[in-house]
Amino acid sequence: MQTPAIDSQLLIPTHEPIHGHGEAHPDHRMFGLIIFLIAEGMIFLGLFVAYGAFRVVAPEWPPAGTPELELLLPGINTLILVSSSFVIHNADTAIKKNNVKGMQFWFLLTIVMGIIFLFGQLYEYNHTGFGLKDNVFTSTFYVLTGFHGLHVCLGIGAMLAVLWRSFKPGHYSPDHHFGIEVAELYWHFVDVIWIVLFLILYLL
Amino acid sequence: MITAQLDGILPVNPSPELTERKWWDYFTFNTDHKVIGIQYLVTSFLFYLVGGALATAVRKELSTPEVDFVSRELYNSLFTMHATVMIFLWIVPAANGAFGNFLLPLMIGARDMAFPRLNAIAFWLIPPGGILLMSSFLVGAPASGWTSYPPLSLMNGKWGELIWILSLLILGTSSILGAVNFITTLLLMRRPGIGLNNMPLFCWAMLSSSALVLISTPVLAGALILLCFDLIGGTSFFNPTGGGDPIVYQHMFWFYSHPAVYIMILPVFGLVSEILPVHARKPIFGYQAIAYSSLAISFLGLIVWAHHMFTSGVPGWLRMFFMVATMVIAVPTGIKVFSWVATVWGGKLRLNSGMLFAMGFVSMFVIGGLSGVMLASAPFDIHVHDTYFVVAHLHYVLFGGSVFGLYAAIYHWFPKMTGRMINETWGKVHFVLTLVGFNLCFLPMHKVGLAGMPRRVAEYDPQFAAINLICSIGAYLLAVSTIPFVINAVYSWVRGPKAGANPWNAISPEWQTLSPPPIENYLGEPPFVPDPYDYGKDYNPGKRPMSQVKAADLWR
Repeated sequence: MQTPAIDSQLLIPTHEPIHGHGEAHPDHRMFGLIIFLIAEGMIFLGLFVAYGAFRVVAPEWPPAGTPELELLLPGINTLILVSSSFVIHNADTAIKKNNVKGMQFWFLLTIVMGIIFLFGQLYEYNHTGFGLKDNVFTSTFYVLTGFHGLHVCLGIGAMLAVLWRSFKPGHYSPDHHFGIEVAELYWHFVDVIWIVLFLILYLL
Repeated sequence: MITAQLDGILPVNPSPELTERKWWDYFTFNTDHKVIGIQYLVTSFLFYLVGGALATAVRKELSTPEVDFVSRELYNSLFTMHATVMIFLWIVPAANGAFGNFLLPLMIGARDMAFPRLNAIAFWLIPPGGILLMSSFLVGAPASGWTSYPPLSLMNGKWGELIWILSLLILGTSSILGAVNFITTLLLMRRPGIGLNNMPLFCWAMLSSSALVLISTPVLAGALILLCFDLIGGTSFFNPTGGGDPIVYQHMFWFYSHPAVYIMILPVFGLVSEILPVHARKPIFGYQAIAYSSLAISFLGLIVWAHHMFTSGVPGWLRMFFMVATMVIAVPTGIKVFSWVATVWGGKLRLNSGMLFAMGFVSMFVIGGLSGVMLASAPFDIHVHDTYFVVAHLHYVLFGGSVFGLYAAIYHWFPKMTGRMINETWGKVHFVLTLVGFNLCFLPMHKVGLAGMPRRVAEYDPQFAAINLICSIGAYLLAVSTIPFVINAVYSWVRGPKAGANPWNAISPEWQTLSPPPIENYLGEPPFVPDPYDYGKDYNPGKRPMSQVKAADLWR
């Protein structure tokens, strides 16, 4: 291997008493979160592909006797969730202008939209006309939407945590608002997953 | 000219609060990567002993053709638990968690991992996961093999299977959190001057292995969640009686579990690539070839999973694809073996225990690799599917490969981890016992496998009795071989002679600090090592005996 050109400064060990304490290194949390979301995405991808496999193998899809899925309510739900992704982005814009009140307002609005989505989901569960154990289609339907719903709950939990912290004066500033970015990115993630899910479960 | 003096890096009298570790730190939620690495290593080694005891019980049962030592049901549980423990609680956490955590920050000149607390959480998921798995013996342990294929796994006792699923989900989470940490640390925390193309090869291996963990482990989690619903929710994803498809489980399972074999072997490839040049006193042969072949293996490893399913009714054209893709993996693997042999070739070998195990690794792994290429061929695989030939193959790559490599790494880095030398004589005794016991146990299995002896059955045709007895004797020898190792390791840790900073005169960065390393890894700035394998250049062995050569001499 070629020895690279070396800056002689790098070679001489310094003996300043640094010992690393308090030595700041750049914030890698966002990078780590994105790496983690790749793993999260792979669970969903695995489940989606499994759904596709069940569907390809089945002689009839959905299996005979399965009640038709209603499209109106999930459609409205989708609109709510997709628009909440735009709503939450306003919080990021607000905190960059040091507008904590504005950030709190947009987070609260997103939380409300998320809760409406969850209740819509529950309403739909009660009116589908099929149960978890009926056939492979109904099972995948409940497991996929339920697993996504769990992630919606986690996202709402993250936003509540951010809201709670934001009441501490100066906790979030235009330069330091990693928590807000986490909640926002996670919410976008949940949103994208839902779009794919809606596409393959309801439309295709 | 590069002259970085080791003596210059180490202050004469470092203050004790920077170097001393309290023994109880190892039992706490500590965020130091070195503590976590040793926690991983000791914990997983304890589980290795458990898995070894299970294996010995399996071999005891198989030493005679009749069912005499344990019942058929318990036998099924024994081999299921043996495989699960060895894979998820020994090799994966030891190869990735233990050495990855201990070595990576030292190798790239970082003070710690990118997310120390996450790191500690990842470790502390292992003991509960392991104890949970063990507890399944109280309610009837899982008995459907480590693959847990439905519908068999849905009919073998609900609670054992449920515990198996939950503990795998816990251990998988730990693995994913570890991978997030490794990737972030490796890509973003390298000391200035250490690029991707001059970091030690173990870093490349960990990068490839972590990428596999990140992509494939979640899919296993998905499969296990669905299996869990089938088991207790009454659904029938994988149950053909309810319209489900068990083949989908097999695809999802092997989408993780085939890459898992690379998760278990890639880090060990990296460890061996570190050990061989140090004790052969030669630069590694083909740095970039070894580095990029790790990436190639990790990519190819993702697209070959269905070669485990040649007998599951996979369509012919798909079989052909998976067969060819599997055989292609032999190319990057062969590049590595070639490079290791070329590294050792003509070297001035120091045949200590670590080097012996590393060379044992290369030779045993080649045998496992060759039988792997045989098994990749669909017609041959259909013939020997579910026979002892497969058992022989997987033990040659996982024991002859991973475990030999892990032992090599333990011997090699023991002075760095503990600050003390491990006894060489007993190390060599351990090596000989392991090598003989291993080959006695697993080489004959090729023959009974080709003759058609099925695996995972407690009784067998009496014509195989003699060979199986030999296998069992080899297994007992393997069990015995761990005794000198454990005693040697524990005794040397407490009473061994002081090692000094760099007992092997190694160049790579982890040796350019105290043994054990101080709390923030390096007193002062981490050293800049432009080429960690720069052995033997401008060095004339005729002038001075090897024992007098200092690391600084090798840096010129």
